[in-house]
Amino acid sequence: MKRLAWPAGILVALLLVNLIFTDHFFQIEIKDGHLYGSLIDIFRFGAPLILVALGMTLVIATKGIDLSVGSVVAIAGAMACLQISTLPSQDSIGGVLGAIGIALGLAVALGVGNGFLVAIVGIQPIIATLILMVAGRGLAQLITDGQIITINSDPYKLIGGGYWLTLPFGIIIVAVVLALIAFVTRRLALGLLIESVGGNAEASRLSGIRSHGLLIVVYAFCALCAGIAGLMISSNVSSADGNNAGLWIELDAILAVVIGGTSLAGGRFSLGGTVLGALIIQTLTTTIYSLGVPPETTLLFKALVVTIVCLLQSPAFRAKVFRSRRKPAPPTVPAGEKVTVRT
Amino acid sequence: MAEAILRMTGIGKEFPGVRALDGVDFRLLPGEVHALMGENGAGKSTLIKVLTGVYSIDSGEIELAGDRVAFTGPLEAQKAGISTVYQEVNLCPNLSVAENVFIGREPRRFGRIRWREMRRRAAELLTRLDLAIDVAKPLSHYSLAIQQMVAIARAIDVDARVLILDEPTSSLDAGEVAQLFRVMRRLKEQGIAILFVSHFLDQIYEIADRMTILRNGRLVGEYVTAELPQVELVGKMIGRELAELERLDERPPARTSDTLVEATELGGRVAPFSLTIREGEVVGLAGLLGSGRTEIARLLFGADHAATGTLRIGGDQVTLRTPRGAMARGVAFCSENRREEGLIPELTVRENLILALQARRGWSRPVPRKKQDELVAKYIKALNIRPDNPEMLIRNLSGGNQQKVLLARWLILEPRLLILDEPTRGIDVGAKAEIQKLVVELSDGGMAVLFISAELDEVLRLSHKVAVLRDRRLVAELPNDDTLTTDVLMETIASGGAK
Repeated sequence: MKRLAWPAGILVALLLVNLIFTDHFFQIEIKDGHLYGSLIDIFRFGAPLILVALGMTLVIATKGIDLSVGSVVAIAGAMACLQISTLPSQDSIGGVLGAIGIALGLAVALGVGNGFLVAIVGIQPIIATLILMVAGRGLAQLITDGQIITINSDPYKLIGGGYWLTLPFGIIIVAVVLALIAFVTRRLALGLLIESVGGNAEASRLSGIRSHGLLIVVYAFCALCAGIAGLMISSNVSSADGNNAGLWIELDAILAVVIGGTSLAGGRFSLGGTVLGALIIQTLTTTIYSLGVPPETTLLFKALVVTIVCLLQSPAFRAKVFRSRRKPAPPTVPAGEKVTVRT
Repeated sequence: MAEAILRMTGIGKEFPGVRALDGVDFRLLPGEVHALMGENGAGKSTLIKVLTGVYSIDSGEIELAGDRVAFTGPLEAQKAGISTVYQEVNLCPNLSVAENVFIGREPRRFGRIRWREMRRRAAELLTRLDLAIDVAKPLSHYSLAIQQMVAIARAIDVDARVLILDEPTSSLDAGEVAQLFRVMRRLKEQGIAILFVSHFLDQIYEIADRMTILRNGRLVGEYVTAELPQVELVGKMIGRELAELERLDERPPARTSDTLVEATELGGRVAPFSLTIREGEVVGLAGLLGSGRTEIARLLFGADHAATGTLRIGGDQVTLRTPRGAMARGVAFCSENRREEGLIPELTVRENLILALQARRGWSRPVPRKKQDELVAKYIKALNIRPDNPEMLIRNLSGGNQQKVLLARWLILEPRLLILDEPTRGIDVGAKAEIQKLVVELSDGGMAVLFISAELDEVLRLSHKVAVLRDRRLVAELPNDDTLTTDVLMETIASGGAK
């Protein structure tokens, strides 16, 4: 829990900054039976990033990395929209479910391909997934034929823009996926095996772990998460844009994982940390809008904040900078822990 | 006797859980070759690292030429005149000999390197070592021995008063060793004090004037080489271990139980060999480093693939493709390479301990936490793993305790054949004795053990029979009866079994 104190503290600090600049920032109200508010929006718009980052967490825990998630987001969205656009009735639930199935199946197949290149062929993960990162954009454009496919399907709209039980549907999807991963990795033994392979692949093989299969499953799962994120993004705007959907999301996702305290060197991973990391990035984006940072400097501003966040996270940096001032008991840690419980 | 150039008094150094050096005194006279002796883990390398500024000391003091010094890094020690040549040559084979000698401190004028000056001075230095080679040629052009001497030339150019040679001969052949010794004698005449570490006793007796013996981080004593017979030296190095293990010294009677493993002309990265292992039998594998001991172990565990031959385990003919397959047949393999092939450093003792069991059960059937805690508590107690905190990261344990955790990882599976590759290397004497005792107990309980060790005493003490390897070939299989001694084993290794 202590590991999560820093990301949680940073998230709270960012939210407080927003409170200063935006009145009623923490206010949540019910309109037409739906929850509304800035905090809900952060969750809602952050949902695709959280999903992608969760998949990325497992990949990074195996000492790998998946650069292709952005392309998979575009491909999944394009495939779903293409299928729906050919339906006789775009509101047919069965037809939409079929389209979703085909899109997610394609995403998983692409993930298996990544895993195959990494585990069986033995290509370094950054190169293996770079292939799909580049080729995937082309594939997405082939699917959409270079156009932006626009659809008009109410059931599909639900995924990214709809509400269920007063909550945005995207949040529910994230909650379900998070619960599933947490169960499989922490209640069952998958987490231990992933951390073991990431910590020492050869020792794991000699201990009888089927590391090849494990890697393929992890990459496939990461692609599945990206696929679901792709459906959310395309559903939210009821269209598929092969060029721009999920652009650079892989970098935000990697960042979220790192901010959440999972090391790029593999091994130990933290799902809670990743969720916090993704929320930090989403909050930062919101903050940039509410602060009124000029659009041409937003990227620079974001990079600056991320740098500070990463430095604050590093125990070595903290020791260097705060050593002289922090002689009395460090006050930040207990405050952070309280926050952890709430999130 | 001349005044000591280097004097270390009451040196103490502690690592978490281990007292690596405990009140060690050490002195070095100018113009002598001084051997630092001791078993693995006796504190030799710690002492050298303390002396060269890699580690700081917890207690004691170091005096160099009468001045008290406290080095904070290797560079500082080097500037003060203490130079080190390590076992592996740390030079750039693609650069010329002269560049290697002067790398990082090239003679310059106006920022430009003075190549001619550099070559002249390099040639001069090497002449000092009686070495006439072309200094403009790349280092890789020359043999390992010459490369070693280039490293020495580099070390002594920094006005060295103390030269430390850490196992310089381990990869040299006899002729090259003679060449190195000539150079060492020359440096000695020039008044340089040489600290020499080697595992080869004959070399020590040839070159060293005096020696200091360490055991378990403590000083045993300082001796003049010519006055200390080899037998006494070995006795002082192993010390209490002999006494502690005398109980185990009864030779185990040969086993007549059922055959468990039968390899017939099995080959891969070793020449085809045949070997049988009975239930409850301890089979020792003896041979030098690189003689194929580990390769045999890996073949029997499915970590490598067999190219030829057949393998029967428990009567069934099997083809092992993965360690997993071998585990399913009841084979367990504890690698000699703890760090690369054993430990998952980021995980806790508990997680490391149950890893193989969990791997066998697969991801969907976790070992219940209660069962984990029971198992872990049981093995921490049985193997005396310290500290007995299952939630500690394994990388914070000492080598011996890490080894015990890895052993426990396999014992949990209750294997039929346990392959132990150098299980006692680099761990302290106490842990060593515990592991040896454990092997005897396991064997009495019916488990077959393939025991690999470079220490012939240990192999003889534990094994029912010994297979001897040389140059990746199994050359002899000897029953462990009264006629088998370490001398006989050494002779067999040396002669390749041809009598």
